[in-house]
Amino acid sequence: MTSHIHNQEEINKQIKDFIAEILKQDRPDSHLITVLHKAQELNGYLSREVMDLVSQEMNIPTSTIWGVATFYHYFKLNPIGKYNISVCMGTACYVKGASEILETLKEELGIGVGETTEDMLFSMHEARCIGACGLAPVAMINDKIYGELTPKKITDIINKLRKEEETK
Amino acid sequence: MEKQLFTDKFSYVFGDQKFFKKQKRIALKNCGLIDPENIDDYIYAGGYTALAKVLTEMTPEDVVKTVKDSGLRGRGGAGFPTGIKWEATAKQQNDEKFVVCNADEGDPGAFMDRSIIEGDPHSIVEGMAIGAYAVGASKGVVYLRAEYPLAIKRLQKAIEDARKENLLGNNILESNFSFDMEIRLGAGAFVCGEETALMNSIEGKRGMPRTRPPFPAVSGLFAKPTLLNNVETWANISSIIINGAEWFSSIGVDKSKGTKVFALAGKITNTGLAEIPMGMTLREIIYEVGGGIPNGKKFKAVQTGGPSGGCLTESMLDTKIDYESLTKAGSIMGSGGMIIIDETACMVNIAKFFLEFTQSESCGKCVPCREGIKRMLEILTRITDGEGKTGDIEKLEELGNMIKKASLCGLGQSAPNPVLSTIKNFRQEYEEHVEQKMCRSLVCEKLLTYTINDKCIGCSACRRACPAGAIAGLPKEPHTIHQELCIKCGKCYRSCKFHAIDKTSVAKEQK
Amino acid sequence: MNTIKAFINDKEYTIDSGLTIMQACDSIGIKIPRLCYHPKLSISSGCRICIVEVEGMRNFVASCSYPISEGMKIHTNTDAVRKARKDILELILDNHPKDCNACVRDEVCELQQLASTIGLRERKFEGVRREKYVDDSSPSIVNNHEKCILCGRCVKVCSQIQNISAIDYANRGFDTVIVPAFNDKIANSVCTLCGQCVNVCPTAALTEKNYTQDVFALLNDKTKIKIAQVAPSVRVAIGEAFGIPAGNNMEREIAHALKLLGFDYVFDSQFSADLTIMEEASELLERLNGKGKLPMITSCSSGWMKALEQFHPDLIDNVSTCKSPMSMMSSIVKTYFADKIGRKPSEIANVAIMCCVAKKYEAKRPELAMEDGTPATDYVITTRELAWMIKSAGIDFKNLKGQDFDAPLGLSTGAATIFGVTGGVMEAAIRTAYELATKKPLENIDITAVRGNEGIKEGSIEINGKEIRVAVASGLGNAHKLLEIVKKDPERYHFIEIMACPGGCIGGGGQPYSGIRDLPFDPKLVSERAKALYKSDELNKIRRSHENPAIIKLYDEFLGKPLGEKSHKYLHTHYKQKFPKGIIRKSKEK
Repeated sequence: MTSHIHNQEEINKQIKDFIAEILKQDRPDSHLITVLHKAQELNGYLSREVMDLVSQEMNIPTSTIWGVATFYHYFKLNPIGKYNISVCMGTACYVKGASEILETLKEELGIGVGETTEDMLFSMHEARCIGACGLAPVAMINDKIYGELTPKKITDIINKLRKEEETK
Repeated sequence: MEKQLFTDKFSYVFGDQKFFKKQKRIALKNCGLIDPENIDDYIYAGGYTALAKVLTEMTPEDVVKTVKDSGLRGRGGAGFPTGIKWEATAKQQNDEKFVVCNADEGDPGAFMDRSIIEGDPHSIVEGMAIGAYAVGASKGVVYLRAEYPLAIKRLQKAIEDARKENLLGNNILESNFSFDMEIRLGAGAFVCGEETALMNSIEGKRGMPRTRPPFPAVSGLFAKPTLLNNVETWANISSIIINGAEWFSSIGVDKSKGTKVFALAGKITNTGLAEIPMGMTLREIIYEVGGGIPNGKKFKAVQTGGPSGGCLTESMLDTKIDYESLTKAGSIMGSGGMIIIDETACMVNIAKFFLEFTQSESCGKCVPCREGIKRMLEILTRITDGEGKTGDIEKLEELGNMIKKASLCGLGQSAPNPVLSTIKNFRQEYEEHVEQKMCRSLVCEKLLTYTINDKCIGCSACRRACPAGAIAGLPKEPHTIHQELCIKCGKCYRSCKFHAIDKTSVAKEQK
Repeated sequence: MNTIKAFINDKEYTIDSGLTIMQACDSIGIKIPRLCYHPKLSISSGCRICIVEVEGMRNFVASCSYPISEGMKIHTNTDAVRKARKDILELILDNHPKDCNACVRDEVCELQQLASTIGLRERKFEGVRREKYVDDSSPSIVNNHEKCILCGRCVKVCSQIQNISAIDYANRGFDTVIVPAFNDKIANSVCTLCGQCVNVCPTAALTEKNYTQDVFALLNDKTKIKIAQVAPSVRVAIGEAFGIPAGNNMEREIAHALKLLGFDYVFDSQFSADLTIMEEASELLERLNGKGKLPMITSCSSGWMKALEQFHPDLIDNVSTCKSPMSMMSSIVKTYFADKIGRKPSEIANVAIMCCVAKKYEAKRPELAMEDGTPATDYVITTRELAWMIKSAGIDFKNLKGQDFDAPLGLSTGAATIFGVTGGVMEAAIRTAYELATKKPLENIDITAVRGNEGIKEGSIEINGKEIRVAVASGLGNAHKLLEIVKKDPERYHFIEIMACPGGCIGGGGQPYSGIRDLPFDPKLVSERAKALYKSDELNKIRRSHENPAIIKLYDEFLGKPLGEKSHKYLHTHYKQKFPKGIIRKSKEK
């Protein structure tokens, strides 16, 4: 979420500096995914401007970058909300009712998978197994894992976050 | 002696639990016991002695022979003999070779790779250094999921610490052997667990598999000879070097030596990782290690091998856990996911779940996988929606068998397995869905009927919850559901606090 | 060469080693059905149509990539293979519109032919289809996603041959599409509109923008004088669309057919090719005398001009200011010829028949418009479009008597004919430049150093005691390579010819689809077309542009002299940088 702190110029400069280091290494093209990770971390998501920048700096055609960015689910092509909710849809979670959690969230937030609420507070994604099967069903909100969820529990969590925002 | 030591240590740390009693820990030997961020801890536990041993006492050929003789097979899924891969890579003449660790653990429900890297990262560094020495590589790459931040951090630290101690870098331990490694992150694509897709991804491309031959041993990463093994395989190497091929091959059965880590999940009392010697039966791992099925429910099936595997039934529980037996029974070893399914699950729905997964993870390169799995999923969806047609099961079989034989890579070649194995073992459930529009496990929503029983006190919670306006009734009087309006969303069922709504699925009259 | 023994369909064969199963089968006369395979592009084995059974292998193998080895037992036609191929093909068709009869590639569609070859007779697995999406943003190329089968040939030709990378795969799995970056429109991309993707597309997913209906409407417009011009390469390729073997020059039939279609005058772009040479050779001599930048680079290929503006803006001053022959012709028709027949330019409609789809874009360039802002060239149609119009109008093309192009803009020399082949413009220019500069006849006018199929060619000629070094590149990938050399060593060449399409205009993006019915992608096809053009040059009594009497007359009556005031007004133009800026991938790492 550093995008809220830095302005775009600063972000672009950091991306350029990062790429400059990469270009010193062997086979710099192979670091495209590394660079996109960094760009997303700095910018919050991969905007067209950011991908254009990466293209010019790394000498990789934009169509190639677009192809890579759209192949991997980890890359976000739209701005995401302050709270990024990933509902784990791994087998263990699925067996223990992950789809019910997902449905509850859809109702509660009024958005679909891959979408962001209008107030830019919440985004929701389906995640591949995040390896916390012992706590199934789980969801991740930003970097924090919430386990043994029920429809009520996830609703409570959302409401708590909403309240926190209001009081800020 | 060594094994005894660790078993003792385990009992000391975790207490003498049944969960551990039947296990045998090689790959997980240090997990939970040492501080993974402290290289001294690893060294104190005997770490890097195997690397020192190969550098001082063994030729690369010796190392390859030891691994070959141990009978170790790839732990990532297909079970290809590890030593043969090593030998093939070692044989190549090239000024540059790579060793690669596949840590793109993707099977939903499997997390042993993550546990090993988080709990014992140096075992991977050491294993890869040994492998590099054996095949003549100077560079290593670990392809690790970006979704595992802790594993990334710990492995990065392990690599840096190893460099400081001259366990990586130039002239390791004053030998002529130089080797260094780096981490490359995945970005959320299951297909990148396939070795050629993984290499494309390391090269910064779309993770689409390449056609083989050439095999990675000949032309792999950056078109150089490449030795690629999975995390658990690498984690076994140092123990094999220290204790010898004979020791390792004394564990396990016939063609499957050593141990395998399983991630127990689903409807089982003890969920978590269990490392068991090959040859143990499914029954033992489920009922003794796993503690059986909770809540007094009945066992229905066990699914191994994740989205590439199959479902095995009660009658197959005495199958031994080894590569050949599992394959013969109709599933696969896979990377070690083991999902236990009880009677509350619908097998058609389970098959659909796995197919949804592979369908969304198909890279799109080859037609059978890209188009075929989509069609299979459509057929399965209409079956679970009560719109199945006579002949649909046969179409699933026809498509499934074609996709298995004609797809480009392992993902497509195995994607139909969950469907084909459930059709084979639970055909009756499929037929009930198709012909009688019935789901005996009450899972497939469109096949359910919701009715209100006499426990209803007329609280109106269900009426308010119903989005279709299908529930009528005056306050404090029993309510009723108009079946023709009901959209079977289940909201009434979830809203009722009095168990007054029954969920049933009954055979419909055949037309 | 080493050989191996292998069994194909139970018979033993001795086969060259190092072949794929497909190549081995080709060599014994078995053409395994194939779809994504293309001999000039990398192999991806994605379509799985070419699968065969190999004894001892659990799965089918893709014959296009699997190497044949000693003792291998291959079966190409078992029930299992035939059934699997049928299922695979059905899966492709299930995600493809069922509108063959209403499709522009009806009858010339590889997918349609394959379905017939494989014997697909029922459809079992239909379901949802790819989303409808048509990108017709560019004046040259239309991308219809619905018809795309993701074989990837277009992506490969664009990156591997042309090194443009305007399109690539995006998304994955069932949602995979082939699009320009950011799902943007072709018109907003780095696409040079060369049309090589159209040439390799097996379906109607990538086609030229079709103007045949507009041209038919024009032909029925009594108020207009309808004028056609025909590019050199069209005449040696159009026959293929009528089943006539490649390499037959059909210029007389074309002229006849165009008249039957209703054109008032049929002129020859070869006339304006001679005119281009007059201007370009003079420009070269001027630059050699210190007036302007060297090396001078040719400017007649429209795809190359767009590539210049987006990929090599730093070389704009090196490029000849000459318009292409098509645009020179249109300009002369609406001025000089309009005067001659006493008509206003607005009463005249120019239709250019080109081997090219990029020319459709060129025609719409504002800098090439007439003074009143209307385009000089009203419509551009490809060889393929003309062939269809001829069929559609019921003209019996094969049996036409044939007739000459109309005077005066239909008269041309052998030098103009070879414009259609890579190296031809160079050769023609040298013939004229040498004689203009030295005032002596060039002894051997066949300049073989710049002939042939190689992507990059070099040569030199002495003019007035000075060595003039020249280079020729065809295909934009080769052009990038050559220009990389030029940027490092600007003194190395004096004159460079660049054609966007491999082989030059004869390999243009608007030429008839090749090998639909028989041998796929006959590599000999393009060289047959080239041979026909060289033969026509040889047979022409006049082989130097400056000896064309109609050209001499044009300068006498109208233009004055090459590079004169009128020439600059009507025959020259300028280019400027365009965005997005293209990225040229370096040839190979390290």
